[in-house]
Amino acid sequence: MSIDIDPIATDEPEQAPRKVVQPKMSFRKWARELGWRHLIGIAVVIFATFPIIYVLSASLNPTGTLTGSNELFRNLSFENYVDLFSDPRRPYAAWFMNTMIVGIATSVGTVFLGALAAYAFSRMRFTGRRVGLLSLILVQMFPQLLAVVAIYLLMRGISDIFPFIGLDSLIGLIMVYLGGALGVNTYLMYGFFNTIPASIDEAAKIDGAGHARIFFTIILRLVAPILAVVGLLSFIGTTSEFVISSTLLTSPDRLTLAVGLFRYVSEETNSNYPIFAAGAVIAAIPVMALFLYLQKYIVGGLTAGAVK
Amino acid sequence: MTTTSAAERPTAPKRGIHHQPPSMKVLVVKILLLAIVDAVTVFAMTALFFQRDWLVLTIVALATLLVNVIYLNPGMLPAKYLTPGLIFLALFQVFVIGYSMYIAFTNYGDGHNSTKDDAVAALISQNTVRVEGSPAYRVQVVEGLPGLGLLATAPDGRVLVGTAEQPLEPVDPGAVTMDGQRATAVDGWTSLQLQDVLQRQQEIASLQVPLSDDLNDGFLRTTDATNGYVFQSTYVFDEDADTMTDTVSGTVYRDLGEGQFQSDDGQVLRTGWQVGVGFENFLYPFQNQKFGEALIWVTIWTFAFAVLSVGLSFFLGLFLALTLNDPRMRSRKVYRVLSILPYAFPSFLSALVWLGLFNTEFGFFNEVLFGSADIPWLTEPWLGKFSVLLVNIWLGFPYMFLVCMGALQSIPEELTEAATVDGANGFQVFGRIKFPLLLVSTAPLLISSFAFNFNNFNIIYMLTRGGPRMAGVDENVGHTDLLITLVYKTAFEAGTRDYGLASALAIIIFIIVAAVSAISFRQTKALEDLN
Repeated sequence: MSIDIDPIATDEPEQAPRKVVQPKMSFRKWARELGWRHLIGIAVVIFATFPIIYVLSASLNPTGTLTGSNELFRNLSFENYVDLFSDPRRPYAAWFMNTMIVGIATSVGTVFLGALAAYAFSRMRFTGRRVGLLSLILVQMFPQLLAVVAIYLLMRGISDIFPFIGLDSLIGLIMVYLGGALGVNTYLMYGFFNTIPASIDEAAKIDGAGHARIFFTIILRLVAPILAVVGLLSFIGTTSEFVISSTLLTSPDRLTLAVGLFRYVSEETNSNYPIFAAGAVIAAIPVMALFLYLQKYIVGGLTAGAVK
Repeated sequence: MTTTSAAERPTAPKRGIHHQPPSMKVLVVKILLLAIVDAVTVFAMTALFFQRDWLVLTIVALATLLVNVIYLNPGMLPAKYLTPGLIFLALFQVFVIGYSMYIAFTNYGDGHNSTKDDAVAALISQNTVRVEGSPAYRVQVVEGLPGLGLLATAPDGRVLVGTAEQPLEPVDPGAVTMDGQRATAVDGWTSLQLQDVLQRQQEIASLQVPLSDDLNDGFLRTTDATNGYVFQSTYVFDEDADTMTDTVSGTVYRDLGEGQFQSDDGQVLRTGWQVGVGFENFLYPFQNQKFGEALIWVTIWTFAFAVLSVGLSFFLGLFLALTLNDPRMRSRKVYRVLSILPYAFPSFLSALVWLGLFNTEFGFFNEVLFGSADIPWLTEPWLGKFSVLLVNIWLGFPYMFLVCMGALQSIPEELTEAATVDGANGFQVFGRIKFPLLLVSTAPLLISSFAFNFNNFNIIYMLTRGGPRMAGVDENVGHTDLLITLVYKTAFEAGTRDYGLASALAIIIFIIVAAVSAISFRQTKALEDLN
């Protein structure tokens, strides 16, 4: 599975040339050929959006329980949003910050480590290159998730020596995530690096640029789109990761959103739900905005990968 | 895969070409970074040295040496670029896999956490009683680098200091500050004041300082932070006979090689140690039939969940793509954007959102849609399965919709036209031409989606925690448990954590996923050859 950033593929092919002037359809013909499509479309849209509308409504409902949330948009107030930030036993702001720190650090690290490796694989010829590329794919067959027990025990061991990068530390968590930096990501980048002509490197070399200068100032700029994609994928993956973060992090103010909100809402679903809903809306808005903004590219990337 | 093989690009630079001497600035940055790395590893090595962990110390030292060689040597260019990522990969991906495999063959878990020495020490120190009539020591609680300790003045006037780990040792009389008969301070240690003592009462009360290297000699403990008494364990370890004797009841416990002390009548001391147990963890389901049956159900459900999730969301996505792919339809884009919203919604929140909808007493479904019914959406075995599937389809269909849409649009229109000219109707065009082509192009995505859902921990754990619990099974196994949630629960949520069994289960999952992926990728190759 690979994602190609192909500017042409990102737009859905315009059907304009084939669009003949449509004769006005009779209602019966419309219902038979298009009406049912609209019905299905509406049904699916309701299925898809209802939970999101529900959580938005619950977050704005001041009654403070799940029961009250069942009357969609009956009462509106921002009480839950205020409450969300006011209880120190539920440090939402800290969770949000932690998630951002872990997400950004991991995605930047992943992009950097992956790009370094992809550059080596794409531009240099060395013994073990093919084997290395293959084993990167093979190692990924065993997701980190499955080794969660070993990771926990390893971090517990590290805690004895370096308490600040062991259990219950964000740096430790980021390091664990970076363990998955090479792998599929490197493969994606490797494919993209190969599309940059090697003659560019050679021209720079003749002009006296060293390998580091070529990499940092020329190649990295040319491959910026794939860096953005890998960074985004890694950010999304990291921020929604639950298993490893929930085993490694324990103190309330070190949790990530996924772990913190889960513990909070599963503790007492009925009375905690509205506040959780407020937290969920705040967490979801930036992600959804980004997604809708980049929608064209993501869709293009997915489908380009699909039809390869 | 977008791989351009090396042979196709003859212009690729050869190894060893980049040999310009680095500029001053680059050199400084490089040396600075190396210095930081070295400083950190030297610190780690010092800590390891004090813990006498020679194996890890050697590995860290060798790795540091290797990193320095790679970056100080002018050649070895590929290594320079690969090392940073490989270090993380080696530690947190490769090593942990190996470590998982190792743990799977041990009895590691609660009660079997550490080495035999530690277990013996723990058994002895956990069962101490005051030795009646023993002389009282005058003590002062002190704190130093190794932690809390006791500064003790023996009845015969000797002054000793020790911590829970370091047995009492005489101190240089010149370094001691005496207050009458009681030593109150010693160089290198901070004496705790009354306020600190009150604050850390529990910690002090549980502090036991061994009298000598042989723990059987006893410990010094204090309850009031000024008087210390000798405590001796009711358990005596005989090193030569390798037995632990309970002096109160007189029972003799032996080490039978199972990582614990057992008496002749089968009683086991709770604190054991870690030993290799061979294939016992893998055989556990066979020996324990109830658990074995539960495990079979969990495996079947895991397959069913993964297949149904992928299949149903694929068909829903495909159906939607076909339905909305009519260019005459207005507002197609609106439908598209709105129906992919679940994909944009952060996935870790989705399950929790549905948790509220499904709530039996107060949730929207029961209260509004079903008129105050009490449908146990998440707590009834079959309904629970239905509910997690519904949520997973909600999460998964937008992706499939997008993929199918792209794949459908990429099928050349000429094929449809040619088939129509040959007399095929709409269904035949779809069933015989479009669908097979679609399947070929989406198969890799379906396989990876299967592998993902096979281990879809979040959705199950957040919605049902694997529950409702299966009746009649001692272990905490639920009706909606996937193998991966079972791993997690065995390792971290069970009454006694069993890391060994959990790792064995993880390895079984790995084997299943690897086998399924290998087989299905081969199948898709065959499909591609057909076309």
